Amino acid sequence: MQRNRWGRWFAGLAVVSLIVVGCAKSSGATTPPASTAAGASTGTTASSGPSASATVAAATCQGSGDKGSVKMMVNEWVGAAANVAVAQCLLQQMGYKVETSTLAEEIAWQGFDTGEVDVILENWGHPALEKKYIKDTKLATDAGSNGVTGIIGWYVPKWMVDEHPDITDWNNLNKYASLFKTSESGDKGQFLGANPTFVQYDEALITNLHLNYKVVFSGSEAATITAFQQATKNKTPLIGYFYDPQWLLSEIELVQVKLPAWTQGCDADLKKVACDYPAYTLNKIVRTKWMDAAGDAATFIKNFKWKNSDQNLVADAITNKSMKELDAAKQWIDANAATWQAWMP
Amino acid sequence: MTAISLSARSRLDPLTARRGLMLVLLAAAAIAYVLFRNQWTLPHNDDEPLFRSLNSVRDFVDENRNVLEPIRLAIGSVVDAFDFVIESLGWPGIIGLAGALGLVFGGWRLAVLTITGFASLGVLGLWDASMATLGLMLAAVILAVAIGVPLGILAGRSQRASAILAPILDVMQIMPTFAYLTPMTLLFFIGAAPSVVATLIYAIPPAIRITALGIRGVPSGSVEAAMSLGSTGRQVLTKVQLPLARRAIGLGINQSIMMALSMVVITAMIGAPGLGRNILNAVQRVDVGAAFDAGLAIVILAIILDRVTYAAGDWLDPRARIRTLRSGRQRLVGWLGPLGLIGAGLLAPFAIDATQFPTAVQFSFRGSVNESVNWFTDTFSRATIVIKDVSTNLVFNPLEGLLTSSPWWLVVAVTMLIAWYLSGRRASIAAGICLALIVLLGLWGHSMATLANVLVGTALTLVIGIAFGILTARSDRLRAILRPILDAAQTLPAFVYLIPALALFQSTRFTAVVAAVIYAVPPVIRLVDVGIRSVPETVVEAATMSGATERQLLWKVRLPLSMRALLLAANQGIVLVLAMVVIGGLVGAGALGYDVIAGLAQGKDFGKGLAAGIAIVLLGIMLDRITQGAGSRRRTTVAKAG
Repeated sequence: MQRNRWGRWFAGLAVVSLIVVGCAKSSGATTPPASTAAGASTGTTASSGPSASATVAAATCQGSGDKGSVKMMVNEWVGAAANVAVAQCLLQQMGYKVETSTLAEEIAWQGFDTGEVDVILENWGHPALEKKYIKDTKLATDAGSNGVTGIIGWYVPKWMVDEHPDITDWNNLNKYASLFKTSESGDKGQFLGANPTFVQYDEALITNLHLNYKVVFSGSEAATITAFQQATKNKTPLIGYFYDPQWLLSEIELVQVKLPAWTQGCDADLKKVACDYPAYTLNKIVRTKWMDAAGDAATFIKNFKWKNSDQNLVADAITNKSMKELDAAKQWIDANAATWQAWMP
Repeated sequence: MTAISLSARSRLDPLTARRGLMLVLLAAAAIAYVLFRNQWTLPHNDDEPLFRSLNSVRDFVDENRNVLEPIRLAIGSVVDAFDFVIESLGWPGIIGLAGALGLVFGGWRLAVLTITGFASLGVLGLWDASMATLGLMLAAVILAVAIGVPLGILAGRSQRASAILAPILDVMQIMPTFAYLTPMTLLFFIGAAPSVVATLIYAIPPAIRITALGIRGVPSGSVEAAMSLGSTGRQVLTKVQLPLARRAIGLGINQSIMMALSMVVITAMIGAPGLGRNILNAVQRVDVGAAFDAGLAIVILAIILDRVTYAAGDWLDPRARIRTLRSGRQRLVGWLGPLGLIGAGLLAPFAIDATQFPTAVQFSFRGSVNESVNWFTDTFSRATIVIKDVSTNLVFNPLEGLLTSSPWWLVVAVTMLIAWYLSGRRASIAAGICLALIVLLGLWGHSMATLANVLVGTALTLVIGIAFGILTARSDRLRAILRPILDAAQTLPAFVYLIPALALFQSTRFTAVVAAVIYAVPPVIRLVDVGIRSVPETVVEAATMSGATERQLLWKVRLPLSMRALLLAANQGIVLVLAMVVIGGLVGAGALGYDVIAGLAQGKDFGKGLAAGIAIVLLGIMLDRITQGAGSRRRTTVAKAG
């Protein structure tokens, strides 16, 4: 019985809607184009609803989206998301359609093969991939530095340095090994190893520097961040692999431990390495075919260059102030016109 | 070898003799351990030659991948088609369609559920991501049904086909999901195609198994009657077997959908779009609240899909339909409701923006979840870390130490002995082969560390699962309270609760075990609950009459009589705990799980990762064989048991 009543109700509705359809169709109205933003990216929808006037575009990260598409790869870390958000906002204002996808560092390079990735805005090394994709197959091209310097190293929470000022010299690490003992490291000190996707050779370093430590792998960036947050909050000892730029560094203070300085070639043999990580000049990699055809967008990507502090500002807004990526990007764009105007073709 | 000669003798001797022999041999093993401790231990070496040769396999595939390009493109176009349909419908169209399906299959209550459910995805601000997940999942399920149902029919009608398929399906179901992500990226690159293939592998076994069961479950009387009336084999299939097995096929599809949904989320690790991506991003930012929102969206999707497909199964069942047969006019009116809903949904774009869910109505649990998680971890982390330290020192370290310091052949011998004792000769041989292959893979050390974790995780799962199963079997109220919690624990991706677990227990093996237990306990509780409840009332009454106390009733009657269910629960517990090994690698468990993740991410570690994936599968087969002999194993029904 219940069902009948509903049925009648909907029947009426259906008739009304059919009439409306008829009218709409005959008056020439069209449904919104279904093909926009076809790549179901998890980021933000690229261009929803046309916003014709240029003044609106400048303020909202939106544009016509008819100048072509840019597929940007977002590395897993937030700094990379900050790079992409700023570039995405400006490219969209220029009239490009931007699709983003988040991928692990090395996996992303496969996108140059398939055409699923046009731009990587922040590349940390990867000589093997650079050889394969840039030198050998020429599928990808180095688009120069993005201006950010990447630092990898061994870090301890600030409070430990306050209590043991000499802990920042690797020569003294064995003295403090017992401090870092955990249920996972047996009778040695625990060194918290990194997310397996990152460049690292801590196990070799510990062996070659004769340190009484055992690498326990955190397994993921999230695990490392949680560990440093807890170590700072609860004042528990911790030493581990960390890096800058990273949004956590604007939330808590970590201090880098001095390892034997990096010299050219000291890390050539990863089994014998006994020196610090090099400072990485992070560069941009683009898909060659895309670059040749993309015109203004390619020039823009080549010109894209900012500083660690810029990136940290945007990354901090995304993580600690819970802003959406594009909103954080817009805020930076509004305040730093001089920087980004230099990137414009 | 010993196992074989022993089992021959055991047939002559009574059970006690078998037990005695077992004890004698275990004692001998203990002596051997003391004598040969720390010898033949096969320590881990990151540069095994085998890993490097697996790397060259990768290079080979890299160069010849073009062969697979058509498959990749075909699957990609299936996904694109679904995305296109979903996008053209817009959010009002999807909600209308969902409501219509609910109305047709289950009536207005279900329609309300589907409509509010889908609308809440938008309210959570996750419409686009949810639809991407839905599109991928549908593509995988369509393929799973297209391949799985015919195979299931074949297996249901032919004994030989069934015998060939069974072991393959076994391996597919034991194989931990992460273990085959690495090969997927190798074969199909990143993105939608490998995601769909991985999901397909995970979701197809229940479709095949339950369809086969359904076909076999058709009463032989009906088939014979049709045959005697002169039906051809084809007619028997299409007119008798298929219609009568429709319900089972519906259930199979229901199970496929549920499994596909959970797998699609995981494939975010190889670049699949959707809610899984949101969760990974949130985890990367240590933002439990955002992960919770996305996890909730997955649970909502799971509930809707479960209820709708379940109702569809009922609706398809001819036996159920006869009861609700209505007049032509009634039926016509019944169809108008759904059509109206679809119409309304499709017409909405004329009135409102259908491409984007209105941002005006949005709600998020992010802030409140983050606050309560912070409070919780701040308050309890000191206490929980003590728990972690004590249990690690008392249980994990000794067990791992025992396994890694024993000579490898001793571990193999003892495992074969236990397998022989529990499940007989064939299981013993299978276990021996699995361990031997692990030795050959060069991953002995890491495999033993992982095995220790899995054993501890399984023990904990069983203790908790059996305790709660006994409690819920005795109280309907407790069962009703626990049900939604168990549902959520099963559908919520593990990533969501990893961060709080990390804050409470740090990056350790213990955290990995906690995550595994949360994942594995619900089915165990359900199986134990069902097992104890199905002990015949008459037996319980007879025992009560003869003066048995509550305690005696439990230990002497209920538990022994539900032994089969308990053993099945143990088998399930192990398989599920093992499935979490790789997740464990993400939170500090190291060993095989970490190897798989590293292989996924770093080119130079590819071979090691692939080998580690195989080693996990081998451990799984071994443990499954050892435990399954004792209990029966139709694990396809597990997710729905209870």
